Amino acid sequence: MILAASNSGSIQVSLGEVAAALALVAIAVIASRAWNAGLEEDIGIAVVRSFLQLSAIGYVITVIFDEDSALLVLALISVMVVFGAFTANHRAQRVPGAFWPLLASLGVAAAATLGLVLGLGIFEATPRYVVPVGGMVVGNSMTAAAVALNRLGEDVHDQSRRIEATLALGATSSQAVMPLVRRSLRSGMITLVDSTKTTGLIFFPGTMVGMLLAGADPTDAVRLQLILLYVLLGAVSIAALLAISLARRNFFTPAHQLREPPEP
Amino acid sequence: MLFELEDLTYSRGGKVVLSDVRARLPVGAGSLLGPSGSGKSTLLRLLNRLADPDKGRVLYQGRDVREHDPLTLRREISLVPQLPALVDGTVHDNVAYGPRLAGRSFDARSCLELAGLDPGFEDRDASKLSVGEQQRVMLARALALEPRVLLLDEPTSALDQAAREAVEGTLRRLRARTAISLVVVTHDIAQAKRLAEYVVRIESGRVLAQGPAAELLAEPDEEPAIGASRDAS
Repeated sequence: MILAASNSGSIQVSLGEVAAALALVAIAVIASRAWNAGLEEDIGIAVVRSFLQLSAIGYVITVIFDEDSALLVLALISVMVVFGAFTANHRAQRVPGAFWPLLASLGVAAAATLGLVLGLGIFEATPRYVVPVGGMVVGNSMTAAAVALNRLGEDVHDQSRRIEATLALGATSSQAVMPLVRRSLRSGMITLVDSTKTTGLIFFPGTMVGMLLAGADPTDAVRLQLILLYVLLGAVSIAALLAISLARRNFFTPAHQLREPPEP
Repeated sequence: MLFELEDLTYSRGGKVVLSDVRARLPVGAGSLLGPSGSGKSTLLRLLNRLADPDKGRVLYQGRDVREHDPLTLRREISLVPQLPALVDGTVHDNVAYGPRLAGRSFDARSCLELAGLDPGFEDRDASKLSVGEQQRVMLARALALEPRVLLLDEPTSALDQAAREAVEGTLRRLRARTAISLVVVTHDIAQAKRLAEYVVRIESGRVLAQGPAAELLAEPDEEPAIGASRDAS
């Protein structure tokens, strides 16, 4: 039971091989129990959910690849954007009305980056390329937008006295919140920027690993990974910037007043 | 009349903070006097539209504050909050903040001097100053806008006696040297008497009494008889 590339160049993976990898999960469970970390239940849920969710999306992708329908691809990416906005909204609880800014930012990030890579001819406009790249774009954009808005919500709450003091000097709400916007944008993007800086030195990114395992030429694997990293950098910056730009207004009334002023 | 407060009601988080507040503040030095939690700081914030009442209206020089552009209004009626809340940078950066936004010229050194600070403070890091010094930088940056009215929320509550006397001296000099009006929120009857010509007493979100300080606070150690003063309601 050893993974190997078939004659066609792609690898075949059996359920038995997947089950064998659970041995590593057993180590995680043992470690959690030994150190009383209390993560056994969460690890169990994570294993079951990952199996079910990835199996389900595997079947969905198989259907979409077979059908080769642009409408189905669009529907799948739209569902990803909506679920991404819901998930990110849950993490940005201190931001009033965060859902719509998140939905718009993820939608625009996905449309702009996919449109660009297809328009520039980097990828073929077929489901085999658009679906996985779209998934990565939406997933990374969701994380960046959620982190950025979470930081913005915390900072506006913690610094409401300073914000109101600048409003009292005749600053607009945009001017009053600008220093916080810069920090939030940085928070949303720094993880991907840092991992892009260290890629190849400290870790091998997933796409490259997947391609190498699947038997691809290392040069091709590296080039595709670079394309994806650059696409993702663009996507997360669009998502974080747009989410912050749209959501920051929700902290204020049209008369430049904090909706939740500091406690007297 | 500088401010007329007409039946103001304001709630926050389901709790009534101000209830049917009716009061007047003439041009000059006024004080909103009351114990902690009485709603006086909230009332101060309604005067330059940092918040709007749920009911009632605030008239500034006879005109509803909601008819003014809020940014212009706040440059004309400048508020200094109870605790220092400076922007990152030097003292100069802080004094320059308001005038730069408004596209106006300013003289940082004379503003610092007016606020009772040595002009040599201009290039110092604002975050490294003592609380008393920061509070005076807050005053200087409000003065840099050349406001007609200065709203001061417990301006000396975070200060020791020497700094408090310095700030009070600054405010008295300000009144003597400029045409500025003051509205000082305080819980300290003696301070209201030292600084204000007209006093509005507030408790539990309601106006208890109002009138000239000389009448209302005749006996600073005793509670003034509400019936002897002009009741607001």
